[in-house]
Amino acid sequence: MSDQGSYYQRDRSWHPAALTPQYKTSVLRSPQYPLLSLDNTISEMTGPRFGHGTIGPLDNDLIRNFAKTGDAIGQRIIVYGRVLDENARPVPGALVELWQANAGGRYRHKKETYLAAIDPNFGGCGRAITDAEGRYWFRTIKPGAYPWPNGVNDWRPAHIHFSLFGHAFAQRLITQMYFEGDPMIWQCPIVSTISDKAAIDQLTAVLDRNATLPMDALAYKFDIVLRGRRSTMFENRMEGN
Amino acid sequence: MFQKLTTLKESPSQTAGPYVHIGATPNWVEITGVWDEDLGLVLVGPDTKGERIIVKGRVFDGSGNVIKDALIEIWQADADGLYNSPEEKRGKADPNFVGWGRQPTDGTTGEYRFETIKPGRVPYKDGRLMAPHITVWVVARGINIGLHTRLYFGDEEAANAECPVLARIEHKFRLPTLIAARSEENGMPTYTFDIRLQGENETVFFDI
Ligand SMILES: [Fe+2]
Repeated sequence: MSDQGSYYQRDRSWHPAALTPQYKTSVLRSPQYPLLSLDNTISEMTGPRFGHGTIGPLDNDLIRNFAKTGDAIGQRIIVYGRVLDENARPVPGALVELWQANAGGRYRHKKETYLAAIDPNFGGCGRAITDAEGRYWFRTIKPGAYPWPNGVNDWRPAHIHFSLFGHAFAQRLITQMYFEGDPMIWQCPIVSTISDKAAIDQLTAVLDRNATLPMDALAYKFDIVLRGRRSTMFENRMEGN
Repeated sequence: MFQKLTTLKESPSQTAGPYVHIGATPNWVEITGVWDEDLGLVLVGPDTKGERIIVKGRVFDGSGNVIKDALIEIWQADADGLYNSPEEKRGKADPNFVGWGRQPTDGTTGEYRFETIKPGRVPYKDGRLMAPHITVWVVARGINIGLHTRLYFGDEEAANAECPVLARIEHKFRLPTLIAARSEENGMPTYTFDIRLQGENETVFFDI
């Protein structure tokens, strides 16, 4: 059974709504008309593919890929997992890009104004391409929580931003990863744009002591699910009606 | 007890935030030396087939302000209407055209800009040809889930009039939000595609 049909419709109630007033920037940046539903065409069922040659040897090592005088400072961690589709099958050859604040919660960005110190050895970006089983891994430092201008005292929980390309542009996704056990998750106006607790749990990486690198780094497992496709078996039957 | 489906839920989206450039275009925000060149900056080379064009525009919020921290991605067919993708089963696309581009909106002017080629026509599911178009994807701080839209070409009136996707737009006054006007810039055909997230002339966005 090959999956060649359309991608499953996005469950918009699982994703955040466009308008989420507790996250103030969304108020003027949210479309008010309903989205126009469009069954996938070839334009959405295709997408760019990035070869393993795109990626340099340190691209997935944020402790070293910007290092000038030594390793980046902070709690050393491995973030690993699989990219799967909704049919629970691996997505090989997916480009995974990530970005994050340093251990003090400070981003390396010209618009960043938080007073926490910049780490001269930490850039904050990385990327990887999934292997045949959909697996990826990064080595990095655990990002710090940081305050942001929304409410007068709003803080983001520790998080890592993820961007994903699957096999089709319809699967394009940007999301964030949180850390198991962080009480800040439940106080965040951006996390709470997601209404279902199970959906928030899906973005929460779990500590995996078995994957720890002894005397080096703790490990967190973070699987990511992209949209899945209908089987052509069903589609052909539909067209034959 | 009934059986359980073995399907998974898609990971929910979260906003790209204000610092999306660190991951998507690090060199553009002066994080240099990690990788040489940001992905998606260059679509065309000397051997790419097709008419060279510029696509540019700005993104506006519901108050009419220009958004200067957005990230735009485009995905399009080659000059013959074929996608450079393993999922393209109709033929082999121009190997000198990737078809995917990524640009930030400028931090000062808010403008995004791609140098690309005009795509060929691609069939709809039922075989009818869609008008030439470019898929456009917008993310930014304050956008909780990436917005999909399409750029159509202002000088393709006949093709636009018979495009089965454009025909699905019920409120015809909204149709012009998807049509990029053609002008010339230093001798290059230039299409301007402004994106309005909200308010008067809100762009048509798709749930694909
Ligand atoms: Fe962040």
